[in-house]
Amino acid sequence: MANTFELISSVTVGAGGAASITFSSIASTYTDLCLKLSARATGTGTAKSVLISYNGSTSSFTSRFLEGNGSSAASYTSPAQFIGNFTGGGATASTFGSLEIYVPNYAGSANKSASSDAVTENNATGAYSDLTASLWSNTAAITSITLTPETGFNFDQYSTAYLYGVKNA
Amino acid sequence: MPNPTRIEINCETGVETVIELTDAEVAELAYQAELAAEKKAEEEAQAEAAATAKAALLEKLGITADEAKLLLA
Repeated sequence: MANTFELISSVTVGAGGAASITFSSIASTYTDLCLKLSARATGTGTAKSVLISYNGSTSSFTSRFLEGNGSSAASYTSPAQFIGNFTGGGATASTFGSLEIYVPNYAGSANKSASSDAVTENNATGAYSDLTASLWSNTAAITSITLTPETGFNFDQYSTAYLYGVKNA
Repeated sequence: MPNPTRIEINCETGVETVIELTDAEVAELAYQAELAAEKKAEEEAQAEAAATAKAALLEKLGITADEAKLLLA
């Protein structure tokens, strides 16, 4: 079981926001990867989806997630690259959603699974929490990860992303 | 007005690059946003139609939604 976390890289979104965040040239020296995101979207709405892609590929993704929104809970399949929700620009000002993605055996030769937990923040009744199981049916080692807000929205200023490598000892 | 940017962090060198999207990329994003909006509107219309049909059927049967659930349990 992997038991050490080492910060590989981090980023804070500057003024003007960002349409996507990419960690590239990820070394294959770790066992697993863990990506922690604190983010808020530009624009309207209280919650927005985050989509994930590996090595520039947006195909061969499937996902399933459980979601609670404060009044009901359900499970969904869709959209394929979905990896969680984060706080939208219409939510309470200066609040950010939290999302953690764990990618085991990212450099192995099997298809790549990932799990994530995500919560949005909003000082109102509408807020979301999600548990997501994601699969990229591709055997290539992951060398880059891109996070993209749902179409039409950007990551707002002060959103942060931290990528950790996880390994034994 | 400048185009939106994307951020790329090279984990090997630690270099962070802010890249302005090309006009083609901006156009593609706008197209995808339009498609997403259309899909959402279509799903909402389908959900509304289904809810209307369900309400009409319950009225025709003269039972409530809870009573229908009881029948199907």
